[in-house]
Amino acid sequence: MSGRRLYLDGVSVVFDGFRALNNLSLIVEPGELRSVIGPNGAGKTTMMDVITGKTRPTAGRVLFGETDLTRMDEAGIANLGIGRKFQKPTMFDALTVFENLELALKAPRGPIACLRWKLNGEARTRIEQTMAEIGLTERAQDLAGILSHGQRQWLEIGMLLMQDPELLLVDEPVAGMTDAETEHTAALLVRIAGRRSVVVVEHDLEFVRALGRRVTVLCDGSVLSEGSIDHVQNDQRVIEVYLGR
Amino acid sequence: MSPPSPPTRLRLGLRAGLIIFVLLLGFMPVLNLLPAAHPLHVSDFLVSITGKWICYAILSLSLDLAWGYAGILSLGHGAFFALGGYAMGMHLMRLIGPRGVYGHPVLPDFMVFLGYQELPWYWLGFDSFPFAMLMVLLVPGMLALVVGFLSFRSRITGVYLSILTQAMTFALMLAFFRNDMGLGGNNGFTDFKELLGFPLNTSGARAGLFYASLVALVLSFLICMRLTRSKYGRVLTAIRDAESRVRFLGYDTTSHKLFAFVLSAMLAGLAGALYVPQVGIINPGEFSPTNSIEAVIWVAVGGRGTLVGAVLGAFTVNGLKTWLTSAAPDLWLFVLGGLFVAVTLFLPKGLIGLMKGRKP
Repeated sequence: MSGRRLYLDGVSVVFDGFRALNNLSLIVEPGELRSVIGPNGAGKTTMMDVITGKTRPTAGRVLFGETDLTRMDEAGIANLGIGRKFQKPTMFDALTVFENLELALKAPRGPIACLRWKLNGEARTRIEQTMAEIGLTERAQDLAGILSHGQRQWLEIGMLLMQDPELLLVDEPVAGMTDAETEHTAALLVRIAGRRSVVVVEHDLEFVRALGRRVTVLCDGSVLSEGSIDHVQNDQRVIEVYLGR
Repeated sequence: MSPPSPPTRLRLGLRAGLIIFVLLLGFMPVLNLLPAAHPLHVSDFLVSITGKWICYAILSLSLDLAWGYAGILSLGHGAFFALGGYAMGMHLMRLIGPRGVYGHPVLPDFMVFLGYQELPWYWLGFDSFPFAMLMVLLVPGMLALVVGFLSFRSRITGVYLSILTQAMTFALMLAFFRNDMGLGGNNGFTDFKELLGFPLNTSGARAGLFYASLVALVLSFLICMRLTRSKYGRVLTAIRDAESRVRFLGYDTTSHKLFAFVLSAMLAGLAGALYVPQVGIINPGEFSPTNSIEAVIWVAVGGRGTLVGAVLGAFTVNGLKTWLTSAAPDLWLFVLGGLFVAVTLFLPKGLIGLMKGRKP
């Protein structure tokens, strides 16, 4: 597929003198599934914030294909085809599962377009397929606010899929999930990658191993090591700052 | 086969209640024609005050759209109401013509008194009813567009936005108090004679304005219903609850909020325009911040985020106000404040929430 490549070029973010990201450079190829790990405060979430336009970098560029994301706002970046799942599942509790997915579904986003929006068969089918995929078909008419934690994680992944993004940024998708749910999630992400690029930030090394792809280790805001899970687990510097502790 | 949950019995009940209520209101001017001794006779006073309440209900609806659905707690919605009222007032002033105290063929009395030689440019066109009606919607709409654009784009939300809108209405009040605004200063406009060729202060005009307001209320309700039942309404609710998440879904929340805010301001302007000929006066006091805050209380008492609640709240609180300000005038402000505290603490979903019962 003719996907676009994500290229972080020397990105630095400074908060009140604290360097959250320090000259970080990273390339994610189209269709790639990449895991990003690192100790607390390594800059993983800040990296996500920079890519999605929540935080402006102090220096550096973020290129998605030819487009520099640092000049765009959150909505513009999302419409470019970059979707994000937050560390803490965030959805609209006052809306039903179905309605949450419907809002996320890729469609014209303006007020008038939303006012004139009619749910057609194709859209309904897509929503129903996604609900089946995330195992929430039975809960379609329930308010998102009453879902369990694992179900909320799933719903958010489902919302991400509805956006039909080219690049998915997934922040700690299996936090608070049972082993079976974790396994299911890993399989889902592997299935998604290939058609789309996926960047997963995770603490759970077992999960990263289950994904079984290229791993980037962040530390103090820059890349410490990169390679297969076995490669990084045997990297002396990684063991020192992260795994060894 | 729509995805939102099917109407519950409560919702059907509320809808039926609302229709019956509107029909009952519709009979009031008719019953007013009965001889005063008749048991079903409705007094002039009751007709005219109910006409005012209908305008308040439109204002309440408009505020509910902004606050209850989009989460924009405007403490300055009275300003849009007053601007609509002023636009209507300017039209009514122009219709007085040479019948003023000074008998000037063109200039309203206060301009003659202040020594104006000719009509200021911004008064031009207000002799035409369609132009004045356009201004009733456009002036509040434009103000909301500018204030909304600047604040939503800068991501001013919550209490800061509330303070900003409060300051807006206060600033307008001070401006309208000035005589050199050319808008009647602290006296405002009054002594209206006619509208659309009908003399005001007759029972026929009262009934006509009453029905016009009732139709406007029903239309406003239907517009708000159309909006809030659509996906647009769900986007507004989502913005209210988690605005930044909506941005990450690719929605430009600024334009969505702006759309709701401008529409809401226009509805408020319409309410003000219907209000002024019924009360016969408009002055800068209408911009008073307390008016805007009272409107917030109507919505809170009725139940924000439900359209029926907004209408219910406007009638309930104003009914209470009319009764209390004659029965125990000193108590009213305490009751109003107490009402707000009580609703916030015990009835976060207002009277409508009370009907729904306590659900987990």
